[in-house]
Amino acid sequence: MTGWRAFMQPHRIFLMALFAGLFLWCALSLRWDWLPEYAPLALEGLWRTIWILVVTTVLGFALAVPLGLAQAVGPWYLSAPAKAFCTVIRGTPLLLQIWLLYYGLGSLFPQFPWIRGSELWPYLRQAWPYAVLALTLSYAGYEGEVMRGAFASVNKGQLEAARAFGMPRLTMFRRIWLPQAIRNVLPTLGGETILQLKATPLVATITVIEIYSVSSRVRSDTFIVYEPLLLLALVYMIIAGIIALAFKKIEDRVPDRPHQG
Amino acid sequence: MTLKTILAAAALGAVAATATLAEEVKIGIAAEPYPPFASVDASGTWIGWEVEVIDAVCAAAALDCVLTPVAWDGIIPSLTGGQIDAIMASMSITEERMKTIDFSEAYYNTPTVVVGDKALDLDATPEGLKGKILGVQASTIHQAYAQQYFTDAAEIRIYQTQDEANQDLVAGRIDATQADSIAMADFVSTDTGACCEVKGTVADDPAILGQGVGAGVRKGDSDLRAALNKGIATILADGTHAAITSRYFKASIY
Amino acid sequence: MESLLDTLGLSQSVQLLSLSPPGWGGNLLRGLANSLQIALGAFGFGLVIGLFGAYGKLYGGPILRDLLAIYTTVIRAVPELVLILILYYVGSDLINQASVAMGYGRVEISGVVAGIWVLGVVQGAYSTEVLRGAIQAIPPGQLEAARAFGMPPLMTLRRVTIPAMMSFATPGLANLWLIATKDTALLAIVGFSELTLETRQAAGSTRAYFTFFLAAGALYLIVTLFSGALFARIEKWARRGQHSLKGGMK
Repeated sequence: MTGWRAFMQPHRIFLMALFAGLFLWCALSLRWDWLPEYAPLALEGLWRTIWILVVTTVLGFALAVPLGLAQAVGPWYLSAPAKAFCTVIRGTPLLLQIWLLYYGLGSLFPQFPWIRGSELWPYLRQAWPYAVLALTLSYAGYEGEVMRGAFASVNKGQLEAARAFGMPRLTMFRRIWLPQAIRNVLPTLGGETILQLKATPLVATITVIEIYSVSSRVRSDTFIVYEPLLLLALVYMIIAGIIALAFKKIEDRVPDRPHQG
Repeated sequence: MTLKTILAAAALGAVAATATLAEEVKIGIAAEPYPPFASVDASGTWIGWEVEVIDAVCAAAALDCVLTPVAWDGIIPSLTGGQIDAIMASMSITEERMKTIDFSEAYYNTPTVVVGDKALDLDATPEGLKGKILGVQASTIHQAYAQQYFTDAAEIRIYQTQDEANQDLVAGRIDATQADSIAMADFVSTDTGACCEVKGTVADDPAILGQGVGAGVRKGDSDLRAALNKGIATILADGTHAAITSRYFKASIY
Repeated sequence: MESLLDTLGLSQSVQLLSLSPPGWGGNLLRGLANSLQIALGAFGFGLVIGLFGAYGKLYGGPILRDLLAIYTTVIRAVPELVLILILYYVGSDLINQASVAMGYGRVEISGVVAGIWVLGVVQGAYSTEVLRGAIQAIPPGQLEAARAFGMPPLMTLRRVTIPAMMSFATPGLANLWLIATKDTALLAIVGFSELTLETRQAAGSTRAYFTFFLAAGALYLIVTLFSGALFARIEKWARRGQHSLKGGMK
């Protein structure tokens, strides 16, 4: 309650009134007549955006764990390729990676006619598998770097204690090392997931229909420029807010980390 | 020191950014290649039929024109927003677009075709495309037409450039693409386009497909519109238009 | 050499990438120069915004602080691609309307300037946070000492605050610079002839998508690695004589 009281200072009330007014002005005097017609498409796009976000963060994180582990403690023949992968992913624009995967690979298809006869062809024809692959690799590249630091920062004494009790290596990893590493990166992970959300509209450039491409469609059909973009920005802000809140909830639920210097 | 240098550079940039007043006419063309009408060659210059026509029209109308490439799917907002003064990017004159911008008289007019893989049995009718995957370029008459008539297609895939739709046609990701007949004739005659052939001309619908290609100007910019009309009329009358056309195509496209 | 390239099937790629026509290498390098120019301008513009933003967040009044909080939150929650489109169309529209209203007629905004403005506003939000953290990390005694000696505020900024915060800000700024170089690729979507769009044009015209996208990737990677090495040196330089601070950071 005191937090709420502290928040509601006079100037904030004024600012909020100002923004409410601005919002109302946007709602009333801009053109929204296109909205009912495109609402079903927009919902479908929104669903696709969220779906892509969830699938690629989960798969990307699953890939980031071995990447981080290889870099933190792996032998050179594992750590070197892992490091090279992270450097390349982080050092080139995602847009270029997406185009390389989609159009670059696509341009090689005609040279290999047997591809069209293969079982995978129905998937290779679609755009979304490439989008999922590109975004997964991108998330894995960034998170691999984060996980490297996380694995390295877990207290060595705990690992030694586990070993002294004769805990098998896999159990030790599953019960002690991984949970602590994840707890260490949780605050970073929330921010990185929002960055991943912000990367999703790029897949619209390879014909995947998600929320951003729906706004482009409205723009090209009706020549209304600002309204779809403003609504789109609002939608992304809401999703980003939900992600931030969700991660805060998770952080609150895990027990406090042991005090570190 | 580095920060200071960067700050100084930024300040210099801000001074350089002090915009100059418009005197020349910025002709907006699509930044993505659209051969044989407008594309970049290996030395970075714009070439093609439409580029030569723009030069000729501007010369005839005594306009100081500068080619300004902008993204195709944002070309109308770029015009209304003031980044460019006119659009000459193979844009068809349609009623839908005329609600937002004005057009000059047409300077070319070609039919619309459907191109597909040689091995596939399809044609340019709703029945012929039933269950097929059709690719079109975003924000074009072709997108509007396909969404109106080819609703039985399995999927209408929307590309940012016609080039990318062609690329996916070759890769086999789409079964057919609907586009301008001249651009497509050029494409199927290349080595890459050898996979495919023109399957037929779509039934005309002037309300969607428009009345030929014209130069787009901002609503109410009648001076520029008049100047462009004069330029177009001049090159049509004095044979310049035909001379340029004969260097690119076998038949007239007006 | 040539026969080796032939056996690897690379001679065609080499020809496509050569620097003078018929090779497209020259176009790619021109695009790279444009990208770097926009990235450098946007980074600098972002730093200017960031410095003011950081000062506003730390020492400004309550309204300014709230407005800056809204700015940084919104910019960091909305995809760059969407921001670029909004800022690109709105920005030039507003400038033109203002100019017409003042009786100057329409103004021209060059592509490079528009790119710098759009990416600079985005960068500014991130710079604000980086610089705010760095200023807060300066031991307060140093600033108090400057004030005690009667140093004017601007001189304090130039002689004490900026040099002292450099070492704290460099890692964050290095990261921002890399983001700036990579974000220039997004300008391809609004049609700037920077590296990614040049690559797309070259790839489309020659159908050698794989070759050109790989080549562009290599160029971006070289920029990244080179910048990384450069910033490491800057950081080392900024940290000179600061061993005693090592334990006291954060």
